[in-house]
Order: sequence, then C-alpha cells, then structure tokens
Amino acid sequence: MSAPSADKAMAFLPMAKKVPTEAGEFQLPSIDQPFVQGTVATSVGPVPQVRTELTRQDVHGHYLVRWNIGRDHFTVEPGLYAVGRPDAYSSVLVGANYKMSFDLLRQALTCRDCWLLILDTKGINVWCAAGKGTFGTEEMIDRIKASRLDAVVNHHQLIVPQLGAPGLAAHEVKKYSGFRITYGPISLKDLPEFLDNGLQATPVMRKKTFPLRERIVLVPVEFMQGLKQGIPLMLFFFLMAGLAGKGSFTEAALVHGLPPALAVLIGIISGTVLTPLFLPRLPGRAFSFKGAIAGFSLFVLLFTAAGPLTHGYSYLEQVSWLLLTLAVSSWLGMAFTGASTFTSLNGVKKEMLRAMPLQFCSLVAGIICWGIALRMS
Amino acid sequence: MLGDSAANELRMKATNLMEKFHYFEDVVSLELDTDKCIGCGLCTIVCPHGVFSITEKHKARMVARNQCMECGACMRNCPVEAITVEAGEGCVRGVINELLGIEGPCC
Ligand code: SF4
Ligand code: SF4
Repeated sequence: MSAPSADKAMAFLPMAKKVPTEAGEFQLPSIDQPFVQGTVATSVGPVPQVRTELTRQDVHGHYLVRWNIGRDHFTVEPGLYAVGRPDAYSSVLVGANYKMSFDLLRQALTCRDCWLLILDTKGINVWCAAGKGTFGTEEMIDRIKASRLDAVVNHHQLIVPQLGAPGLAAHEVKKYSGFRITYGPISLKDLPEFLDNGLQATPVMRKKTFPLRERIVLVPVEFMQGLKQGIPLMLFFFLMAGLAGKGSFTEAALVHGLPPALAVLIGIISGTVLTPLFLPRLPGRAFSFKGAIAGFSLFVLLFTAAGPLTHGYSYLEQVSWLLLTLAVSSWLGMAFTGASTFTSLNGVKKEMLRAMPLQFCSLVAGIICWGIALRMS
Repeated sequence: MLGDSAANELRMKATNLMEKFHYFEDVVSLELDTDKCIGCGLCTIVCPHGVFSITEKHKARMVARNQCMECGACMRNCPVEAITVEAGEGCVRGVINELLGIEGPCC
C-alpha cells in the first residue's frame, strides 16, 4: 500500500490507529503450543496444524476461566493455523485469540479440512473484542498480510462469525485486502450445518438468544465480581459493630455485624445468581428492578426462615438489613446488563440515571439506620 | 428428516420466547436513511436481533427498532453509510468509566 492510500485508509476506517511499521511483516504462529500436533506444508512455510479434540488441561483451563481465574493470560498466538489437511481451495475461518473461543472453534471443526485465521484480540472473545474494535477491520487486513493468506489459498473468501460484525466493515476489508467476508452463524454449534449447507445461515442462526444455558455459565464470574465489591462492605460492618457495639469485640461483631454482612451476601446472591437465572421470569424491564425484586424475595424468605434468631433486634435494625440487601441486589442486577445480549448503551444509561440515586440512598439509609440501632442497643 | 424439522421448530419457539427479552422502548439511537440505502441486505445479515428487513422496493426497513442493542454492526457494514447508531457496549462499568472520563474495559 503506498503512503497516500494508507493515509486515506486511516482517515476512513472507524477505529483507525497508526499502523505499526512491523505490521504486515510475515509471521506464522509458533508450533510450540500444546494444541499443535504437526504442520501442514504450504508455499509460505509450515503452518501449525491443531488438534480438534480437547485435552483434560484444555477443559480444566476453561473451568478456571469461568470462575474468573487466569483470565488475563488465556490466549493463543494469533496467525494462520490448519485444521486437518487443508489445501489452496479450503475455507478460511476467522476467530479471536481468546483460548476458550479458539478451543471451541477447533472442536467444532472436527473431521474437516480448513484454515483458521486467528486475529490478535488480546485474549478477548469475538463479541467483546468487536465492540472494542480489536476484532476489527485494521487487524484483519494486517493479519491477512502477515499470514500471506493470498499465497496460501487461491480464493478470496473469509468466513467470519456474525458477532464479529460490530468491529468490521466488510467492504473495507474487501477494498484493502481483496478478501470478501461471509458472515457465519452466531453460535458455534450451528457452524457445521452452515458449512455443510453451502454457507447458508437460517434466520434462527442469525438471532442472538440468551437461553438459560448461556446465563448459567456467566453466574460464577458475576458472583466472584459481586463478592469482590461486597466483601469490603461486609468487613466494614464487622469492624464497626465490634468497635461500637456493647460487650467484647468478637461478641458485638457477631451479634450486630453478622446480620448486615449476611444482608449484603443475600444482595450479592440475588443480584449475581438469581437475577441471571430468572431473568425472563423477573418482572419489569430494568435490570435494577429485577435485581431488587430478587433481593426482596430472597430476603423475605430467609428472614422468615430465620424466625426466632431475629427476635432480639429492633425494627430499625431489621429494616436496615432489608435496605442493604435491596441496594446491593439492585446494583449487581443492573451490572448484569454488561453480560446480557440485548441491552443497549442508551438504555443502560437511562436505567443508571434513574436507579443509581435510589441504590445510593438505600445503601446510605441502611447504614444510617443500622448505626442508630447500634447506638441504641 | 423429521427429527431435524422438529428440532428446528423447537428452536424457532425458543427464539420467539426470546422476544420476551425486551429492554426499554424508544431509547434507541438507531436511524436509517432510506434514500441512501441500496438494498444490499447486509444489515439484515449482521444484525443479531432481526431489526431490519428488506422491502419489495429493495430498501431496508426497521421492523423491530426497539430490539436494537446498539452494537453498531449494521452501521459499520453498510456500504453506503445509510445507518447511524450511537454504538457502544451497554454495560454499567463502561458508562461509569465514560462519566468519570477514564478509558476502561467493559468486559
Ligand atoms: S446495509 Fe445499508 S445499503 Fe445495505 S440494505 Fe442495509 S441500509 Fe441498505
Ligand atoms: S446496532 Fe446492532 S442491534 Fe441495532 S440494528 Fe444495528 S446491528 Fe441490529
């Protein structure tokens, strides 16, 4: 690309940044990666061939990542890989270098011969990376060049997951690389059918749903993040109760600190476990409302179940627990908009402007009520 | 292939059930300039929520505007820039980062 046209490209591309000088330099991924089982000889050199069955280690890694452990380094090297024994006529599928996505992609391609062009999305899945623009036009054009794709295959077609579309402009990629983008299905489980049907996707394949199965896998990460935010608050109650309550530190911390800490925990569970699981069943459209309803229900249930244990406390103190649960469950329920697949930016903004003052008041009122009750006890 | 069609029907049902997942009405920033549209149909392919369809006059039309999640796929892929939408990730952390004026990840 000559300098003027490169400049024009940068002005034109939505997320254009300065192209690093080494961009487009020839590069194949290393064969020294655990999922590589050999190489396929091509005119540009040996392309690493990947296994399509997952090992115990792979699955173990997925499990940890689902619990938010080791998420930052769960990557594979970007570049060109082979599945089976592809040749110059084989399809090229594009993916992200988040190892989870990569593993599920190669698994979905069992018993097929094709090429994988893995973009450098910094270990983030296709959907999120497309939103950020790292799964984007520029990276795609660079990666096609760096892999010398036009020398490896003699066609000009790329199969790209539909959820990558927010980061890409298909006509730009065509213009600057010559490769035509065909958008594949949203879900990997439809990929084999899509490939077998001559790259035709049914309308169902093109719609993003949010079934229970998908919501369940999000629960652990949401819960861990909720805990991270909630634990300081819980410690605060123990500490304040121990210092300000009557009797020994431990006794006061347990008697007056444990209930509000539990109330926060109920809020966390309601917002990060119940809200995702019962999302379509919970009333209202605002996630903050759904979260609050979940929190209220679980609170009433457990409060009733606790029966006599709550008798020694003043009404004020009991009300403070409820306020805390509502604030936390509503806040974390609202946070689940980030993981959902149908909430819009402007919708979330609108919801936040309405809900955050209420959540804040509920939290502060809860703390104040609790503090007064503690002084009076 | 009775099994297949039955399975497909089930999935259709599940997809229709999915329409229950509405977020708010009338907050979406999606706009379509029908005059510019050349009817290529790419927006109907990339949209994950079936917002567009192509009319008999070979023009795009918004058939489910409230379902739009402002992902920006249609805008970015429209070859003639007929679609505008304030694209962004609809998530709390992203909005807070924006309010505070810091660069930060969403997911
Ligand atoms: S992508 Fe643009 S030009 Fe093509 S049908 Fe949609 S609005 Fe019309
Ligand atoms: S922004 Fe996304 S959800 Fe909205 S119409 Fe465009 S493609 Fe569909």
